[in-house]
Amino acid sequence: MYAFTFHRPQTVRQAASLLAKNQEAKLLAGGHTLLPTMKLRLAGPPQLIDLSLIDGLAGIEQSGRSLTIGAMTRHNDVNTSPVVQQAIPVLAKLAGMIGDPAVRHMGTIGGSIANNDPNADYPAACLGLGVTIVTNKRRIKADEFFTGMFSTALEPAEIITKVSFPIPKKAAYQKFRNQASRFALVGVFVSKRGSDIRVAVTGAGSNGVFRVSSFEEALKKRFSPKSLEGMTIPADGMNSDIHGSAEYRAHLVGVLARRAVAEAIGKSAA
Amino acid sequence: MSATGIGAAVRRKEDRRFITGTGHYTDDINRPGQVFAYFVRSPHAHATIRSIDVKSATAMPGVLAVLTGAELGADKIGNLICGWMIHSKDGSPMKMAAHPALANGKACHVGDPVAVVLATTLAQARDAAEKVKVEYAVLPAVTDPAAAQKQGAPQIHDVAANNTIYQWHLGDAKAVDAAFKSANHVTKLDIVNNRLVPNAIEPRAAIGDYDSGTGTFTLWNTTQNPHVARLVIAAFVGMAPENKLRVIAPDVGGGFGSKIFIYPEEVVALWASKRVGRPVKWVADRSEAFLCDAHGRDHVTHAEMAFDVDGKILGLRAKTIANLGAYMSTFSSSVPTYLYATLMSGQYEIPQIYCEVDAVYTNTVPVDAYRGAGRPEATFVVERLVEVGAREMGQDPAELRRRNFIKKFPHQTPVIMNYDAGDYNASLKKAMDLADYKGFAKRKRDSARNGKLRGIGFSTYIEACGIAPSQAVGSLGCGVGLWESAEVRVNPTGSVEILTGCHAHGQGHETTFAQLVSDRLGIPIDNVSVVHGDTDKVQFGMGTYGSRSGAVGMSALVKALDKVEAKAKKVAAHLLEAAEGDIEFKDGKFSVAGTDKSAAWGDVTLNAYIAHKFAGQELEPGLKEGAFYDPTNFTFPAGCHICEVEVDIETGNTEIVAWTAVDDFGVVINPMIVEGQVHGGIAQGVGQALCEGAVYDKEGQLLTGSFMDYCMPRADHLPSMNVDTTVTKCPSNPLGIKGCGEAGAIAAPAAVINAITDAIGTEDLTMPATSSAVWLALQKANRMPHAA
Repeated sequence: MYAFTFHRPQTVRQAASLLAKNQEAKLLAGGHTLLPTMKLRLAGPPQLIDLSLIDGLAGIEQSGRSLTIGAMTRHNDVNTSPVVQQAIPVLAKLAGMIGDPAVRHMGTIGGSIANNDPNADYPAACLGLGVTIVTNKRRIKADEFFTGMFSTALEPAEIITKVSFPIPKKAAYQKFRNQASRFALVGVFVSKRGSDIRVAVTGAGSNGVFRVSSFEEALKKRFSPKSLEGMTIPADGMNSDIHGSAEYRAHLVGVLARRAVAEAIGKSAA
Repeated sequence: MSATGIGAAVRRKEDRRFITGTGHYTDDINRPGQVFAYFVRSPHAHATIRSIDVKSATAMPGVLAVLTGAELGADKIGNLICGWMIHSKDGSPMKMAAHPALANGKACHVGDPVAVVLATTLAQARDAAEKVKVEYAVLPAVTDPAAAQKQGAPQIHDVAANNTIYQWHLGDAKAVDAAFKSANHVTKLDIVNNRLVPNAIEPRAAIGDYDSGTGTFTLWNTTQNPHVARLVIAAFVGMAPENKLRVIAPDVGGGFGSKIFIYPEEVVALWASKRVGRPVKWVADRSEAFLCDAHGRDHVTHAEMAFDVDGKILGLRAKTIANLGAYMSTFSSSVPTYLYATLMSGQYEIPQIYCEVDAVYTNTVPVDAYRGAGRPEATFVVERLVEVGAREMGQDPAELRRRNFIKKFPHQTPVIMNYDAGDYNASLKKAMDLADYKGFAKRKRDSARNGKLRGIGFSTYIEACGIAPSQAVGSLGCGVGLWESAEVRVNPTGSVEILTGCHAHGQGHETTFAQLVSDRLGIPIDNVSVVHGDTDKVQFGMGTYGSRSGAVGMSALVKALDKVEAKAKKVAAHLLEAAEGDIEFKDGKFSVAGTDKSAAWGDVTLNAYIAHKFAGQELEPGLKEGAFYDPTNFTFPAGCHICEVEVDIETGNTEIVAWTAVDDFGVVINPMIVEGQVHGGIAQGVGQALCEGAVYDKEGQLLTGSFMDYCMPRADHLPSMNVDTTVTKCPSNPLGIKGCGEAGAIAAPAAVINAITDAIGTEDLTMPATSSAVWLALQKANRMPHAA
């Protein structure tokens, strides 16, 4: 690790101002991607701005048909929250699938989606549920937020403060793990909220999380795994590496989407 | 059986310190004034080093020195060596290329150490290392063993044409050809035995400390064999005479073979400590360990087995290309030869065997012994051939094995080994009963109903352990003898210290060795301490590997205990005023035959030291005896492992749903420790079969350079295992021990792959059988339902 200056602002405004002043500064919101990278000397930000002392950035709240989760809420808190378990059980479950206990006790939802790792779980949940990401400057729809691998719509000095989840009628997440990293080799999140049907895929795409409109159209006719039978997505644009070819990932998207829909409607995922 | 004697499931004495974090590892040791070493390593797999500019690095804060191969050469520090001479078929000796501890003009693999920075703190050393300017001329690289010998392949060392180290063979090629001509059926397989990264939980570490006052060096080192390290560093590297070099191996957190070898880093730590006049500490981080710990396996093999009309095996032939990496590591040459081809007979009566092995250099990390070392590779070849042969001939794989089992002992195989004892039917039968083999068909149908393909696979393995009779290995090219030593020091109060030349790095010697003493002397195991891992304390010994510590190390201890008992009887005779021949020793008590006169162990030991009851000029005071034990044969642990899997037809994911292991380890000292060794071995074997595999790209970069990409087996890869034993005593050592450390790793890969291939109905599957590999095999076999 290279030396850096460590800031611990008390407010979002202070954090944003530090960020504006220091172009190369990085926000620390759990650090389970950033710190290992720094330890390997693959990253060396001269300034770290720790968000953990800012009041009001963490917490879970339900109002009506939406659930709001503060950006600094730890994965473990989402996983064990009775409110989340009641409102969007799959979200609690998904949070419990991230990393290991150490990661889940430090990692945060804001950190995860700001990083937009192409194999991470939360981006699939956010896109798959059609969330709104709230920052210190504006509200951003999930569909506009995730702009590509490790990139988002966030502007310089923009800080995520919370994520607003509409509560779906049905939802499920199927994660097929990379056996080494335990990240998603392919993860498929499906949800149904009225006529809004979403199928979001993480891990597979070479440009990060994406929706599968052909699957969504098919599911609009009938929200059943049968609707997806025989359907696949092209291998073009899929990741290909030592853990799986593009064809294998494309194949898994179909398999996991069917299983996710089955799980969402309460059938065995096979 | 006493509560702490042989056969008792005593809890490990080591557990408290290992589990509570109070162990004392090399990294826990800090010497006054110590500085830190950080290695500059080649980022290229194959490159000429045009120049090394250390000027700006040397000027960095805290830096004492930046050293390169030039200084190493100037100080006449010798090369690392491979200690087992293998001759090619044509009689020529193996082509051992120079292996300097710091690269000398050329880097041959990614991670090859090129320079070392010595600085007051590790961070300073690391900062300065980034300022070392190395100008490389990158050369084409080769990483694949089969490609290394091909015309036009990059030439790594001048001494080895076509990168070929040796072309060795064993057996009678003509007799095998004749056997194949008379065959009714021939099974042929192309096999890749995947390259593994050992990944002991404690990375390697070294502290070199030169005392200018006495001219002696001390090395604290993560080694499995401190005396061998001292011998090589003294005699070959030429650091100092043996008496001026002390090697200490404190607690060592796992080795699996990778800590047998003498590596560049410990040599540099010692040498640099003299150069800078300060103790020098180096601790590998995990990323570094991937690039500098000797890897394991990495064979490419074509193998064939000939059967007669009754399914009796007539012959086996195999041609293997073994990847030894960029340099020949300490025992690398022996692994794919005498630890491999000699086990090709498996548990079977095979009249003729011929095995050819070409060993090659590639631009990869050196490859050497890793848990099992040659024997897992041999077992995989034999057990895959038998299983596939059974399938091709439409026979039950268990029945085919049974028909070919060796039933009479001793049995001379055509490949050197003379099996002394075993009952292969017994372990097979017990395993089949425990695994409910009869119920498999029903379980397969049940799985099918859930969309899963179920398969079952056997591995009836054999290994040669108790390494090894010195004369025998000497005749095969080994540069050392493989006996073991023990010393028993009895204290005046009757407590005992055992000094063993073995070294424990997770095996539990402090418990099992104490159990043997407790059994023999009738004293509590808490009164027995085991001393090991320090060349200044312990007599020369050969260390721990090859499942040898029980069979060889404890046999040496038995010899020493025999001497202690004989001496103690002399003391007791004086004490009890009886004839020596009338003294009986039992349950910690000396008694005079036919009388009620007796003396306790502690009375005798005290009297041995106070020497009041006998003339010290006639009977030496004290009670301390030593022994060296040289085995007369290898030992032959064997057994049957049965693996049952369910394959998810849509994803290719394999779940191991049941595991049965019935092993014959001879006499078992501590069944709990043995079971733990079996569990660990199976986990490593399952790792090789399902998920582990070092992958290099074309340029020689290690793609699996961290746990993000290199998949270690985890708890959820394994079912709860059904582990049992059968016992035939080993006739060649006094305790009847065979050894258990490597069995799981040897047996498991074949059992897993036999089970998966049974499930998916195609043999075209390579390790590791990841979900994507299994899916691909299903696709190729066109058995994949068009779900998509």
